[in-house]
Amino acid sequence: MTMTLPQAVITVAIVIAGTVFTRFISYLAFPEGKAIPPFITYLGKVLGPAVFGLLVVYCFRNSDLFTPFALGGTHGIPELIGLLVTSVLFCWKRNMMVSMLAGTVAYMLIVQLVF
Amino acid sequence: MRELRAAFPKTIPVLMGYLFLGITYGILMVTNGFPFWLPILTALVIYTGSMEFLLVGILLSPFNPFSVLATTLMVGARHIFYGLSMLTKYRGTGKAKFYLIYTTSDETFALNCDAGIPEGLSRSRYYFWVSFLDQMYWVAGSALGALFGGFLTFNTEGLDFVMTAMFVCIFLNQWLRDSDSLHLRYGRHIPWSALFLSHVPELAGVGASLLCLLVFGPERFIIPSMIAILAILALSRKQVEPAANRLRFEAK
Repeated sequence: MTMTLPQAVITVAIVIAGTVFTRFISYLAFPEGKAIPPFITYLGKVLGPAVFGLLVVYCFRNSDLFTPFALGGTHGIPELIGLLVTSVLFCWKRNMMVSMLAGTVAYMLIVQLVF
Repeated sequence: MRELRAAFPKTIPVLMGYLFLGITYGILMVTNGFPFWLPILTALVIYTGSMEFLLVGILLSPFNPFSVLATTLMVGARHIFYGLSMLTKYRGTGKAKFYLIYTTSDETFALNCDAGIPEGLSRSRYYFWVSFLDQMYWVAGSALGALFGGFLTFNTEGLDFVMTAMFVCIFLNQWLRDSDSLHLRYGRHIPWSALFLSHVPELAGVGASLLCLLVFGPERFIIPSMIAILAILALSRKQVEPAANRLRFEAK
């Protein structure tokens, strides 16, 4: 550790405070009993589905889609196959556990055995 | 207790993902020379995976409180969206509310936002159990990794994909549910305009994030994505809101 103990404690405290702030700010702005403006109610309804789009992209942010084939790497192939297996199974069976399990096993097999 | 029985099966994917990621986090902390209780304590109190993994590197670099604060706020910014989405759902949850807000992780938000709570169950208790179980999985994983990480022999490479798969399923679930209620309304032939309008939030989420990822790169695309999503949804409110109102109410 390059930090002294008090410095490490302060660092952890800042991370806690910052995280708590981002978690509570929306609720502090609109506490119980205070009417929520229609625009915010609208956002509450549509942000959910939009955020899941963001989260899915976030999970794939580090897959290397654009490495030239000559340089090796995975070209995002394991991610794409995992995504495909998960999505096709889910649209077909509508069972979250089954498609997650199959998608994850497919992904693990590919990254462990092929790449 | 009926709430716990309804909540537990929904959290099983998080159980698998959190145990794995938590173990990874615990191992990472201990192998970098930190005491075994640090990952456990931070897992419990900070309880946001992405920030905790960053914390390992931060604690190993020179002291810089301002950059730590900026990073934390940037990584945590998506919680503001979670808060806005859960505002009405978490209203009236009484004593549990503080805890529910404190423990809103990506996965807990996902489960509680998408929760089809069975008729007759207490909403606040259901939300509480999902939040509590998820947090315990994360703490348990970190503790296992910190204490027994050295004994791990099974090849877990790629197991973290379980979390990605969960987000993909929830995303598709929302998409398909919207499509279902469109079918109820229009029968087999859904007008293209209605189909498009009902999926604007999902399309905006994926489209804006992909674009920002390409432009800004994996380390700094989240804030631009959030701004772009907000702009699209604000500008298209007149067209999107009627569809969103219909869908969300019928889906309940």
